Amino acid sequence: MIQFQYVRTSTPKAAVDAVSKAQNARFIAGGTNLVDLMKRDIMKPEKLVDINNIPLKGIEQQGNKIVIGALALNSQVADNKLVQEKLPLLSQSLNAGASAQIRNMATVGGNMMQRTRCNYFYDTAMPCNKREPGSGCGALEGFNRMHAIFGTSEKCIAVHPSDMCIALVALDATVVTTGPKGERRIPFSEFHRLPGDNPEKDNNLMENELITAVEIPDNAFTRNVHYLKIRDRASYAFAVVSVAAALHIENNTIKDARLAMGGVSHKPWRLTGAEKALIGKPASEETFRNAANIAMEGAKTFKYNAFKLKLGPNTIVQALKNAAEPV
Amino acid sequence: MNEAFFDKKDYKSLDRVDGRLKVTGAARYSAEYQLSGLVYAVLVESKIAKGTIKSIDSKAAERAPGVLAVISHVNAIKVPGYQTSNQHPSEPPVNGQPLRAFYDNNVYYNGQPVAVVVASTLEKAQYGASLVKIQYEKEQHKTDFDANMESAVLPAQAKKNPKSPVADYSRGDKNAFANAPVKIDAEYVLPTEVHNPMELQAITAHWEAEDKLTVYDKVQGTQPTQKQFAKEWNLPPENVKVIATFVGGAFGNGLHNWPHETAAIIAAKQVKKPVKLVLTREQMFTMVGYRPYTWQKIQMGATKDGKLVAINHESVGQTSSYEEFTESTLQQTRMMYASPNINTRYRILKLDVSTPIWMRGPGEATGAFALESAMDEMAFSLNIDPIEFRLMNYTDSDPDKQLPWSTKYLKECYDAGKEKIGWEKRKMQPGSVRSGEWLVGYGMGTGTFGANRGVAAVRAELDAEGNLLMQCAITDIGPGTGTAMVQIASNTTGIATDKITFQLGNSQFPKAGNQGGSSTVNSVGPAVQAACNALKEQLKTMIASNGGSQAAFASAKTDDILFVNGQIQIAGSDSAKVDIGTLFKQNNIRKIETTQESKPDENRNKYSMYAFSMHFAEVHVHSLTGQIRVKKVVCCADAGTIISPKTAANQMIGGATGGIGMALMESAIIDHRFGRYVTKDFAEYHVPVHADVPHVEVFFVNKPDTLADPVGSKGLGEIAIIGVAPAIANAIFNATGKRIRELPITPDKLI
Ligand SMILES: Cc1cc2nc3c(=O)[nH]c(=O)nc-3n(C[C@H](O)[C@H](O)[C@H](O)COP(=O)(O)OP(=O)(O)OC[C@H]3O[C@@H](n4cnc5c(N)ncnc54)[C@H](O)[C@@H]3O)c2cc1C
Ligand code: SF4
Repeated sequence: MIQFQYVRTSTPKAAVDAVSKAQNARFIAGGTNLVDLMKRDIMKPEKLVDINNIPLKGIEQQGNKIVIGALALNSQVADNKLVQEKLPLLSQSLNAGASAQIRNMATVGGNMMQRTRCNYFYDTAMPCNKREPGSGCGALEGFNRMHAIFGTSEKCIAVHPSDMCIALVALDATVVTTGPKGERRIPFSEFHRLPGDNPEKDNNLMENELITAVEIPDNAFTRNVHYLKIRDRASYAFAVVSVAAALHIENNTIKDARLAMGGVSHKPWRLTGAEKALIGKPASEETFRNAANIAMEGAKTFKYNAFKLKLGPNTIVQALKNAAEPV
Repeated sequence: MNEAFFDKKDYKSLDRVDGRLKVTGAARYSAEYQLSGLVYAVLVESKIAKGTIKSIDSKAAERAPGVLAVISHVNAIKVPGYQTSNQHPSEPPVNGQPLRAFYDNNVYYNGQPVAVVVASTLEKAQYGASLVKIQYEKEQHKTDFDANMESAVLPAQAKKNPKSPVADYSRGDKNAFANAPVKIDAEYVLPTEVHNPMELQAITAHWEAEDKLTVYDKVQGTQPTQKQFAKEWNLPPENVKVIATFVGGAFGNGLHNWPHETAAIIAAKQVKKPVKLVLTREQMFTMVGYRPYTWQKIQMGATKDGKLVAINHESVGQTSSYEEFTESTLQQTRMMYASPNINTRYRILKLDVSTPIWMRGPGEATGAFALESAMDEMAFSLNIDPIEFRLMNYTDSDPDKQLPWSTKYLKECYDAGKEKIGWEKRKMQPGSVRSGEWLVGYGMGTGTFGANRGVAAVRAELDAEGNLLMQCAITDIGPGTGTAMVQIASNTTGIATDKITFQLGNSQFPKAGNQGGSSTVNSVGPAVQAACNALKEQLKTMIASNGGSQAAFASAKTDDILFVNGQIQIAGSDSAKVDIGTLFKQNNIRKIETTQESKPDENRNKYSMYAFSMHFAEVHVHSLTGQIRVKKVVCCADAGTIISPKTAANQMIGGATGGIGMALMESAIIDHRFGRYVTKDFAEYHVPVHADVPHVEVFFVNKPDTLADPVGSKGLGEIAIIGVAPAIANAIFNATGKRIRELPITPDKLI
């Protein structure tokens, strides 16, 4: 770890000013990802701007949306009454992530900004275009069991590791930011990027821009929802694949559907084609299987992750079954 | 064996004597000695797998704030033991040349320590280490086991000695398999596993004088380490002191001395200050050994009615290019079942990787995965219940050594386990039992490990208040050695456990080897008994010399002399009650003391001595997603006398947990293009979390084996894990019909 400066701020503006002034500065929230990356010399900010004192922890209903402050803790959001009642899918996804201790430190903004867990990204002795543009992609022909099958490029095949973000993309969330050029609203599905030629960029947040909140429409997916995470042990592991499923079912007919997948792409992967295939159909295994097959169209696998072609759709089917008949 | 240990409400078992120290943080581990002037060392590792170092640019590091020294082969002082012998005097002995820290510019594997940065704080040392720039001359490396298996060789020790345990072995008809009516022919793979105890390897090295070295070192043997460093630094052993009062788990990686230890000692010498060096979690993968990647093949033949007629078992284990590590992967195949015809063949494959070292259930745990899976495969093809099949091939004497067992109560284990797991619910046909969307399976696996015993000595001191203090150089890596020894001493003397102290983990205490191979209770326990008995002899003589009513003590048996409510009596008689304070006053002494040694006896040549275990698992597998949940584990052990039920059950539960990791998660993977590990932290290298470990029911036969040693114990650290992984793999087969022969069994292999 290199030596760095540390400042604390208590308003969004002061925070944005503080990072804008320095050359290589970063916000720090819970620190559960950034500090690890600094210890390993993967990220080397010369200045940390601590944003934890900014009052952005609120969780409230504003009209027909629920607004969650960027500094609300993962555990707070998961346990919040309003969230549990109106956005149970979000609560489930948060509880599927990390461990209780980490969720008590991790923030909503930090969770969105967390970086990939690609093994090569994490080892400075290995090539990685995301960490060191132009050095090559270690995973492309390496150990890529956990890697992406959708939207990959020759430059990078990493996945975004978040669970929370899979629920947020399914629920049509919007990211609210403030920056040197003022406030922006970014649809969640446009927040994260595909790697393309610039895998060093994880998302479309601009330099010195601060996430202040996420807004989620109160779209009444309150009953038939399920977040299913398949991992290599029962708890405390990143998703091999995960599925966020939300249905409106009336008289056993699917009136509306939201479906997204984790562990398969550089960005939280919304499955709009599969959603269309669900709507208007009976909530049956056959419908789910058909949607799952559509969801997998265009998948491209690598040496160690071909199993995702089968695990992916099976997980979709199971998540939809669980959503249709919640326990 | 009617109730699982922790299910009993009224069990009597001593709490861990050091439990309070451990949970309150008062126990001091090797990295927690705040010596005055202490400085910090951080290792720099190689980033290539083979070649030489062309140059090291340490200028920036040396200029960095707080950095005291950057030491590498370029400027390291000469370690005298390196010069006088090219055989590094390692414990345990392995063929080859153990890696010497900073000896020359050769790189033997990726992640090898090549320099050390010493600074006034840990952070400054870490920063300094990040500034060291190394240029290499790369050579072609070989790390890919599968691609190089053809190059496996017979270990040198087997070439020299055809009787070596790793030499080829044959009993009966060599070609029996070819003619067997029913055959199984299968290959099994165990990936590299890393010990990964919670406590990172750590050493604090202090030269108290030019020729006097003290190390606070995370090791499994204080005296073997003392011997090692004495040779390495050309010092009389008494000038080297090794302290390992507390060890936070080890599982075998403290059975060897490693280059990081010598690096810290070199650094301490060079900067003339005590130096602390703690490995990082990543460095634990390349610097302190591991369970080697192992390929096995079993050919098993049986008659249609279930009699084994042949077992051919082959194994190839990975080792480094510079040391030949071997382990007893095939031993149990020779003695477990009554097959008249057996061939075993053991080879090692030298790769550009670091040297493995024994890891819990060394060899046997790997071998049992293949053997016990094959037994299950055979039972299935014969349509015979797997327990029945084992009973049909049970041996009442050791067919390998051709000796009677000292004791063997494995049948009791089968009976108890079968009942407790609910074996009657198991169906022969895989996939027959379901719980909703989950497929339910039951499996079993047997374990065995030699009831080892070594030489050990204990010093015991009894004072006028009746306090008993004992000392031995043995370490306690977690099983609760102090607790067991206090219990043995209390059983032998009648002294209350809270008046007994057992000190360990110091090379200056009486003789002991490593804590390893499940041998501690069997080796040190008898020395405790001997020391206690010697004290009782002294008391007896002293009391008898008082004459009068106390003369009866002269003819009393030592065993019968006991402290009852703090007073010395002859048990089972209405003898005089002697107060120890009064006795010592009369004799004008403050305490009595003795040091007694105990060692294996000739019974070892007359009997075959093994501990046995039986593990049962109920496993659920999700039919669509392949998720695996171990729902219940039952472990039964024939480990001789159980001295300390609580810590013994704790060992078994830990072993079951390790076995779950082995079966379902653990795998250290190398990217062969770089010869470098890609799963080398706890995010990538998975071990079971609480949610993966179900209720583990533990049963002990608890019948003494006094032929093995006077305490009657056979050891259980190893048998706790041996046989667990195949029990789970067999249960998964029973649930799904999928036979997975390459560990770990992850969900993707089951969909
Ligand atoms: C062992 C472990 C296991 C984990 N397992 C999982 C898992 O299973 N599933 C899962 O989803 N996650 C998992 N995580 C990741 C965890 O969710 C993230 O580390 C956490 O959400 C990050 O939040 P933080 O507040 O600590 O972010 P920090 O570490 O403080 O920051 C992370 C990044 O976000 C930036 N940032 C933070 N807040 C803002 C903001 N308001 N605006 C702009 N930029 C910001 C920082 O500059 C930094 O670059 C795991 C983490 C660990 C350490
Ligand atoms: S997949 Fe992306 S993150 Fe991983 S090595 Fe390639 S470029 Fe780096």
